[in-house]
Amino acid sequence: MIEAKNVYFSYPNGVEALKGLSLTIQDGDFVAIMGQNGAGKTTLIKQFNGLLKPTKGEVMVDGVSTRDVSVANLARKVGFVFQNPDHQLFCERVEEEVAFALRNFGFKEKAIKKRITWALRLLDLTQYRQTSPFMLSGGERKRVALASVLAWNPKVVIMDEPTIGQDYQQKEKLRQFIVQLNAQGKTVIIVTHDVEFVADCNPRVLLMTQGKIVADGGAKKLLTNYDLVTEASIVPPQIAQIFLGLEDFGLPTDLIDVYEARKVLLNSLEASS
Amino acid sequence: MSVFEGFRFRRVSSPIHLLDPRVKFLYVCVMFVIAVMFTQLLPLILLFFVQIPFVWMAGVKREWIRSMRGALMFAVIIFLFNFVFTYFYTEYPQPPSMDLIEYSLSMTLRFIVLVESFAVFFLTTSPDHLGLALEQSRVPYEFCFAFTTAVRFVPVLAEEAQTIMDAQKARGLELERGNFMKRVRNYIPILIPLVVSAIRRSLELAETMESRAWGASDKRTNLYVLKPKRPDYALALISVLMLILAVYYWYFLPVPSLTTLLSP
Repeated sequence: MIEAKNVYFSYPNGVEALKGLSLTIQDGDFVAIMGQNGAGKTTLIKQFNGLLKPTKGEVMVDGVSTRDVSVANLARKVGFVFQNPDHQLFCERVEEEVAFALRNFGFKEKAIKKRITWALRLLDLTQYRQTSPFMLSGGERKRVALASVLAWNPKVVIMDEPTIGQDYQQKEKLRQFIVQLNAQGKTVIIVTHDVEFVADCNPRVLLMTQGKIVADGGAKKLLTNYDLVTEASIVPPQIAQIFLGLEDFGLPTDLIDVYEARKVLLNSLEASS
Repeated sequence: MSVFEGFRFRRVSSPIHLLDPRVKFLYVCVMFVIAVMFTQLLPLILLFFVQIPFVWMAGVKREWIRSMRGALMFAVIIFLFNFVFTYFYTEYPQPPSMDLIEYSLSMTLRFIVLVESFAVFFLTTSPDHLGLALEQSRVPYEFCFAFTTAVRFVPVLAEEAQTIMDAQKARGLELERGNFMKRVRNYIPILIPLVVSAIRRSLELAETMESRAWGASDKRTNLYVLKPKRPDYALALISVLMLILAVYYWYFLPVPSLTTLLSP
């Protein structure tokens, strides 16, 4: 469980990125943090594994304040996948890359081998085991970064902009993968600008503006609230936009899922014909 | 990093910021020459205080203090080195003389004066201005461009290094653990991504610049042209006068040491 209690955070240059923010993320939650650039999303998730410590207030991970433990210690529990894979890949082979964190955490060599195989299969990377990460495409590098984090099986997985640079198919695979991870009981936290992706995942959404959480609730409820979404400088998902425009025809406006939308439309078409 | 903060350009509007960088550079050079000319404490103290009005006028007091604070550690080292080595070479069995202390102090102050003048220069001169000044001093444009780009990318690289450190820490890397060799090796996961992304970035930059016709014509024109104005001439005059005065003193008059002045 991650708990933020009235967290304030200022960067050394004086910019106040978080302004008195409180939230609780239960074990097994699936949370998407959204909001415009500079709203403090990345700053917030960096509090969760102790990369940044609050200037005021407290962040507790499983009842322990992030101030009292090292990042390496927290990382064992809270896996963090950075936005740009090029900021972490440095090994000659993909398997070494995945092994890096495992070695840092002191896993035994035998266990490391097993986990590499497991993580690479999980992300469809088995054929690249001996390849240099630098030879891979952007999307593949991103998956290597993800595999290198999932390999140690952290309880919480945080992903900063996981959909950037992925083609549509990979995105869909990623979505299924994330949903599956969450179904297995992992806490998943993603930061993203991709409303369509969030609409498809239907997680709990935290909307942030100017260092504060302005809304916290189900994706369906929040993303179809036009005023709220505008305040956080995002656009409602396309399905929601269609139905917000069809309000006069007596159709519901709280739809974000393609399949659900199709069903509603079919019903209304059948009723009218 | 706070030491470097004391040298990073601040966009403030002040009369010093508006000065021609070439003239400011002349002033820094004059300061440098004078500081190196004298080994006595008195002129160096004078030199230290002469520059404070500049700092005030430029509105960079806080940053200047920071650069001074950063220089302090090196200053202490310089003092100790000068004092200890000179003492053991020249005066060893006797207790150290006042002259020696004064000498070590002036060496230290010389360093501080140099840092001070360079700090004022870099705090008040934007990289663009600096590049422009180089260009108008007939330095080939390729060099000027490389120089300004390098300067401009320092903060970008610093930020990137921080992100990479965070990313590796999130994968359980502990930079401060182990013996010396281990600690050096700990930096490999930081350095490789940093170098790779710097190379990648430079290739990208080269491509984007070529697609914007970089080097298409031999003779480039500039949107802004540096033209010395009255304050620039004034500073140049002051600098040259200071230099002449200093040379005159140094050559023709004995510079009193503080010790002889104070002793009865």
